[in-house]
Amino acid sequence: MSVLIRGGRVLDASSERDADVLIDGDRVAVVGDLTRRSADTVLDATGCVVAPGFVDLHTHLREPGREEAETIETGSRAAALGGYTAVVAMPNTDPAQDARGVVEFVRAQGEAAGLCEVLPAGCITIGRAGEQLAPYAELVDAGVRIFTDDGNGVQDPLLMRRAMEYSLGLDMVLAQHCEVSRLTGGAVMHEGQCCSDLGLPGWPSIAEELMVHRDIELARLTGARIHLLHLSTARSVELVRAAKSDGLAVTAEVSPHHISLTDDALRGYDAVFKVNPPLRTAVDIAALKAGLADGTIDAIATDHAPHPVEDKERPIDDAPPGMLGLETALGVALGELDLPLADVVAALSWKPAAIADVADRHGTPIEPGNPANLVVFDPRERWQVRPAALASRSRNTPYVGRDLVGRVRHTVFRGTPVVIDGAAQR
Amino acid sequence: MKHLRSIAEIGPAAVMRLLDLTDTMVEVNQRPNPKVPALRGKTVCNLFFEDSTRTRLSFETAAKRLSADVMTFSVGTSSVNKGESLRDTIETVAAMGVDAFVIRHRSSGVPWQVSRWTTASIVNGGDGWHAHPTQALLDAYTVRSALGRSGGLDGLQVAIVGDVRHSRVARSVTEIFRVLGADVTLVAPATLLPPVPAAPVTDDLDSIVGKVDVLYLLRMQRERMTEALVPSLREYSGRFGLTPERAHRLQDHALVMHPGPMNRGVEILVDPAELPGAVITQQVTNGVAVRMAVLFDLLGNEMEETR
Repeated sequence: MSVLIRGGRVLDASSERDADVLIDGDRVAVVGDLTRRSADTVLDATGCVVAPGFVDLHTHLREPGREEAETIETGSRAAALGGYTAVVAMPNTDPAQDARGVVEFVRAQGEAAGLCEVLPAGCITIGRAGEQLAPYAELVDAGVRIFTDDGNGVQDPLLMRRAMEYSLGLDMVLAQHCEVSRLTGGAVMHEGQCCSDLGLPGWPSIAEELMVHRDIELARLTGARIHLLHLSTARSVELVRAAKSDGLAVTAEVSPHHISLTDDALRGYDAVFKVNPPLRTAVDIAALKAGLADGTIDAIATDHAPHPVEDKERPIDDAPPGMLGLETALGVALGELDLPLADVVAALSWKPAAIADVADRHGTPIEPGNPANLVVFDPRERWQVRPAALASRSRNTPYVGRDLVGRVRHTVFRGTPVVIDGAAQR
Repeated sequence: MKHLRSIAEIGPAAVMRLLDLTDTMVEVNQRPNPKVPALRGKTVCNLFFEDSTRTRLSFETAAKRLSADVMTFSVGTSSVNKGESLRDTIETVAAMGVDAFVIRHRSSGVPWQVSRWTTASIVNGGDGWHAHPTQALLDAYTVRSALGRSGGLDGLQVAIVGDVRHSRVARSVTEIFRVLGADVTLVAPATLLPPVPAAPVTDDLDSIVGKVDVLYLLRMQRERMTEALVPSLREYSGRFGLTPERAHRLQDHALVMHPGPMNRGVEILVDPAELPGAVITQQVTNGVAVRMAVLFDLLGNEMEETR
């Protein structure tokens, strides 16, 4: 089957130019002026950017275990609609992704859905309990590259040191959820003015920064490669900037909500705005954006975290943290970031692809012979999210009533258009 | 006024109106038959997800003196967690025809959540660490009447002492005294203050005890001892308790207040009966009149009905 993407502006890690793209099978065949060519399917890209598909380092697909919130199929559909051709499935499933059988199940469910590549992450510790290392070599052998206890930080410094040391010979990266949990007991939101006014227990910035600092120093000691998940504070950005200038193998991500929303959003006590780490302040947002601009922060990762309506309607201290992100990430990033378009796409596509070790097939330059995992988006379209129209099984988007800028028109996964004109094809 | 969820939300004009209306209700309560038909045909539902006999009885009495029909629903949080959701509980009760819900809940913010699910008026009977606006109103009313003031409380020096961080009373009382023009100082160690306190702070009670017009003591909960917030109750009492020595230094007209229930020997180390300025009983008495004023303001139609 052939697909022709006509009239767009092709943007990848190596260049930006006006060109048509012909796909044959699962590969890019020709890039250039193809005005006179035809194909089985022709996708209009007028006014649009044609880029390598996005890669999300941080997606909660909830299957197995919480299928009432999301399934691998519904989450994959949300991902495709958001322009993603690969997502890293976080391992806080039930059972947790700490054994070959579970990660093989997740991968197979992703293949069955056929909307994007689902890359199961593995746990750092068995059952994410923070006590015993997961079998890294076995999981690496099953294709796992990112290991995390996300949802929990690894509290024990000895265990984290051992995890880093043991990881050294293996093709893997340890991704930390930075939270010293003794400092965040019962926490609902950022510790500051707003939590003081609202009478809610605070989640202090220092609880993140202490673990960022600890893990950077452990990485310095061991030489391990680490990735820091969903950074949320100004001081965390400074710590990572210093670590990178020291030449350490540290990468970091930021979530769209941490560059677009502040703790003031909690003033109506709507648990849709409860997330972990919490929404912080305008000062933190400015620092996170600066971190993206200078490359201290490598990637934008959604932390897509579906929850059913009834869970988000519980009293706010009892409601689970997390918000949807896959279908709105591009619109938030382009609306919020005053960066060259290529830098935004880099943070959504080829930089996370390198961290997830899938740069052979995602985020690759759009050149003949390369895998055809592509996104076509209109960078100027303004739109508003309608919860009922989301492909996710859940509705907990924090962006209702807010203008987003930039919308996915088509997504091509392994040469097949899985989204055409904003509509999922399967 | 549609709801009374916090003092900050209703603002100064409504606070003054409610305090003035309380005068009327105090007069009603002094009649031989302290009952008026003002809210006949209205239904008030007390929804107490957290035990509080005093506040519940005070609201029940207030509603009955205004001739409202009263439903009282006391539920432990555990039963709600296990079974019916908060929303289902509210929608079910609301379907029976309720004009106002009085809600007490251990979680901050529940009155705001609930008001998204019903058209009834919401009265916050205390939510988490956040707010307790009827307590604040009765405290302000008590000060106003004890000091013979009729308008605001401009220039009044108020010290609020103790566990401000975990106290909905402290938050609402701070708000109302500031709204009325008083100068509030919070007296506590940093461990018992919120991250960003709403008023100036000191940890030296002795430096201000001789200057205040109102000394407001908060309840010190014994379970705080396990959380490394203070070294011991003994040290707390020594630094922040009302000792006989401090009581002697109070100005003659100074008022001593406490929201109850008191921990004698912890925050108060003298017998309140021997303190001329103690108005702790008046606080309770005024609670009924203040809650009548609130319910009438939310649900009443015509002032004439109270005459």
